[in-house]
Amino acid sequence: MGAAPASRDVTSYGMGLAAPLALFFLLFFVAPLLQLLWLSLHNDTAGLHWGLGQYLHFLTDPFSLGVLGSTLLLGAEVTAVCLVLGFPIAWLYQRVGPKLQTIIIMVVLLPLLTSVVVRTFAWIVILGRQGIINATLQSLGIIDTPLKLLYTQFGVVIALAQVQMPLMTLPLITVLGRIDPNLDDASCSLGAGSWRTFFRIVLPLSLPGVIAGCTLTYAAAITAFITQSLVGGGQMLFMPMYLYQQASTLQNWPFAAAISIIFLLAVLAVVSVFTTLGRLSRGYGGA
Amino acid sequence: MSGRKRTLEAFSFELVMIVVAIIALILIIAPSLVVLIVSFTSGFSLRFPPPGYSLRWYVELWNAWQLHFAAKNSLFVALWATGLSVVLGVAAALAISRSRTLSARLLDSLFMSPLVLPALAFGLAALMLFSLVGLPVSPLTLVIGHTVVCVPYVVRNTVAALAQLEPTLLESSAVLGASRLYTFRRIVLPLIRPGIIAGAFIAFMSSFDNVPVSLFLRDAATDMLPIRMWQDLEGKLDVTIAALSGVLIIATVALVAMMERVTGLSRRLTN
Repeated sequence: MGAAPASRDVTSYGMGLAAPLALFFLLFFVAPLLQLLWLSLHNDTAGLHWGLGQYLHFLTDPFSLGVLGSTLLLGAEVTAVCLVLGFPIAWLYQRVGPKLQTIIIMVVLLPLLTSVVVRTFAWIVILGRQGIINATLQSLGIIDTPLKLLYTQFGVVIALAQVQMPLMTLPLITVLGRIDPNLDDASCSLGAGSWRTFFRIVLPLSLPGVIAGCTLTYAAAITAFITQSLVGGGQMLFMPMYLYQQASTLQNWPFAAAISIIFLLAVLAVVSVFTTLGRLSRGYGGA
Repeated sequence: MSGRKRTLEAFSFELVMIVVAIIALILIIAPSLVVLIVSFTSGFSLRFPPPGYSLRWYVELWNAWQLHFAAKNSLFVALWATGLSVVLGVAAALAISRSRTLSARLLDSLFMSPLVLPALAFGLAALMLFSLVGLPVSPLTLVIGHTVVCVPYVVRNTVAALAQLEPTLLESSAVLGASRLYTFRRIVLPLIRPGIIAGAFIAFMSSFDNVPVSLFLRDAATDMLPIRMWQDLEGKLDVTIAALSGVLIIATVALVAMMERVTGLSRRLTN
C-alpha cells in the first residue's frame, strides 16, 4: 500500500501546473463572456437600466428570428451534405493500401489547414458568372445565360460543406478504423447483403464518430463568418454577420451582446443534444 | 440467395461508395487547384480557364505593401500566440492528463470550450472587456484573444501524447534515482515532443487564419492578413488575391508535408 501513493506521485503532475492557464481563461475568456451577459441584460446602450428588453426585442422581431432560423437550418444542411459525402471517404480509406491512405488523408487534411479566405475565394471563382460551372455549361450549349450560383443558398451550402468536410471525415476515419473487420464478414456469411450490413452493422457501430463529426461540422458551419458573407453576399444574412453589423456598424452593443448570448445558447443546445446522443450511442457502439 | 445475386448486390454497394468517395475527394481538392491555376492568368479577370499564363500577378503581389504589412502583423501575432499557447497549454496538459478528479475534467471542458463556442461572440466579448478596463486595441490584445482560441489545440494534442506515455517509464526513472525535473527533461519531454509540435503547428495555422477574433480586436495599425484579404474581396475581385492565395496554398502544402515527417500529423488527427 505504501508504494501506491509514491508511484502516483512520479507518474502524475500536480494540478498547480494548470493554474496559469486556468487564471488566463478566467481573466480573458470567462470574464469577457460574463461581461457580455451582463451588458445584454440592459435596456439602454449605456448599460444603466437593467431589463430583458434586448432579448424581448430579438424574440418578438420576425426579422431577427428569421436570421436565427436560417442560420440553424444552414448548419443542418451543411452537416447533412458533409455526412453523405464524408462517410464514403472514410469507408474507402479503410479499404485501400497504405500509399493511397496517405494520399486520401492528405487530400482531407490540406483544406483544413489552408486559409478559409483562400478556400472561400476559390468558390467565388468556381461559382461566379464567368466561373467554371457557367463557362462549362455555356460551352456545352446547355445554357444561354449564366446561372446565378453565387449569392444563393445552394452556393453557400456547397462552399461551406467543402470548407468543413475535414471536420466530419477525420472522426469518421478514426471510428471506422476501430470496427472489427470480422463483423463485416460474419454479417455477410450469415446472409446479409452489403447494403444491409452497412446500415445494420457499420453505420450503428460508427455512431460515436458520426456524432463527433456532426457536432464539429455544425458548430463550425454556423459560425463561418467569411464563407457566409462572401459566398452568400449582401442579401443573405446569418447570425455572425448580424452580430457584427449590430456591434460594429450600428454600435448597438447591448443588442449585439444579446444576439451573442442567444447564438451561444443555440450552439450549446445543439452541442449538448449531440453529446447526449453520443453518450447513448457509446453503450451501443463500444467505441 | 444465389451467389450471383449477392455479388451483384455487393458490387452495387461498392460502386456507389467508391463513386461518391471520389466525387467528394475531387470536391475537396478542386478549389485549391482552381485558385492555383487562375493565379497564373495573364488576364485581368478570374475567368477559368485563363486566356493565357504569366507571373504578372505574383509580380504585382511583390509590390502590394498593404498585404505585406498585414502579413507581417499576422505572423507576429501568430508566433506570440503560439508561444504563449505552448507554455500555458503544455503545463495545463501535464496537470489534467492523468488526473481523473472532477476538477481536472471541468478544467478540460473549460480549456476545450473555445473550439465549439462561436468565436465571433468571444471576439465581441473580449473587445467589450478590454474597452471597459481601458486597454486599447493593440498587438497585445490580439495575442491574448488568439491565445484563448488556439490553446485548445495544444492542450488536446499534448494530452493525447501523454496518454500514450508508459507510466512504468516514469517509475523506472524514479527508482533509478532521477529527480522529477530530470525525468521530465530526459524521458517525458522527448516522448511527447511530436505531440506538442503538432499542437503548436495547428495553433499557429489557426491563429494566422483567424478572422472572428481579429475582426474586433484589430484596428488600421494592426491590420491582419485574412481580414485584409476579405475586405479586398468584398470590394472587388482582385487577381492579386489569387496570387497571394497561390503562395498560401503552396506554403501550407510544404508545411504540412514537413509536419507529417516530423510528427506524423495525419496519425495524430485520426487517433
